[in-house]
Amino acid sequence: MQDIAGKRRKELLSQGFRDGIPIGLGYFAVAFSLGISARNAGLTALQGGIASLLCVASAGEYAGFTLIASSAALTEVALMMLIINLRYMLMSLALAQKTDPKMPFFHRLIFGGAITDELFAINIARPGLLEPFYYYGAMLISVPLWAVGTSIGIAAGDILPARVVSALSVALYGMFIAIIIPKARKSKVIACLIVICFAASWCAEKLAFLQGLSSGTKTIILTVVIAAAAALLFPVDKDAEGKGEGGDA
Amino acid sequence: MHSKWIYILVMFGVTYLVRVLPLTIFRKPINSRFVQSFLYYVPYVTLSLMTFPAIIQATQSPIAGALALAAGIIAAWIGAGLLPVAAICCTVVFAAELFLL
Repeated sequence: MQDIAGKRRKELLSQGFRDGIPIGLGYFAVAFSLGISARNAGLTALQGGIASLLCVASAGEYAGFTLIASSAALTEVALMMLIINLRYMLMSLALAQKTDPKMPFFHRLIFGGAITDELFAINIARPGLLEPFYYYGAMLISVPLWAVGTSIGIAAGDILPARVVSALSVALYGMFIAIIIPKARKSKVIACLIVICFAASWCAEKLAFLQGLSSGTKTIILTVVIAAAAALLFPVDKDAEGKGEGGDA
Repeated sequence: MHSKWIYILVMFGVTYLVRVLPLTIFRKPINSRFVQSFLYYVPYVTLSLMTFPAIIQATQSPIAGALALAAGIIAAWIGAGLLPVAAICCTVVFAAELFLL
């Protein structure tokens, strides 16, 4: 029995690792430019790398580094982290619903610390209960690349040609697309939602009266409004996960 | 002016708590159909919001980003997995920018 469980864990780890590669590549490119803002804040490569290893949050870290550069008060940093990372609270809630209550508690303390948009997405999109070892596999490749990317960005400024950074930076979006499109094929509601979201986020960027909001705040507001509207208009059946939600919806 | 390490510690502390508290405190299954549906839609909505127009702003040329978006959607539609779709998007941008820039 122990062997079967161990084999399953290895399988999940390597699956997670494989799916984590495109995430890691995207992270590396993004972290590289994040490193430049960390350098402006006076962080060493070691400090930036450890900050990324611990926080694993692009918008949050960027905001934090900007505040450090202006020698802000610690309370201000704390408030900013709370607000800008609020969406992780939503994701954490969603993951809690998908987590086996019988799973050893310490797992929550480990993968919970690495809830990012991308790692959340690939885990929530898997059918059935959350598998901590799949999560760990994806963390194992993506989090170190995030940290190393930040350090290299600090230490070496522009070591990669702009062309390569440009190409690598879409790996992340390619991954988003790979998650949402197969679902859109099965469900007209999801397909329409995607189109609405594209339009809404484009508008949010262009509309003058929204200019004062950070892109993180806009994402929070739009996510809550659009997902709530969809939930009201097209409630999902209890066990629709993975099958019937495409029906009349 | 505080030590950089104290700033990093505060950043980590708040970020960690925001992520872990819901996962460790709200452990009972949610029975509300609305909340369940809401949570079901959240990831697709968030990912869509983050993909566009960000993808056409991430590249040096917006056209390259738009081509990558189109190529990625087609590849994912016909069943390509995470890594192939990501690789296709990167390749399209790299190739397109050879011509565009």
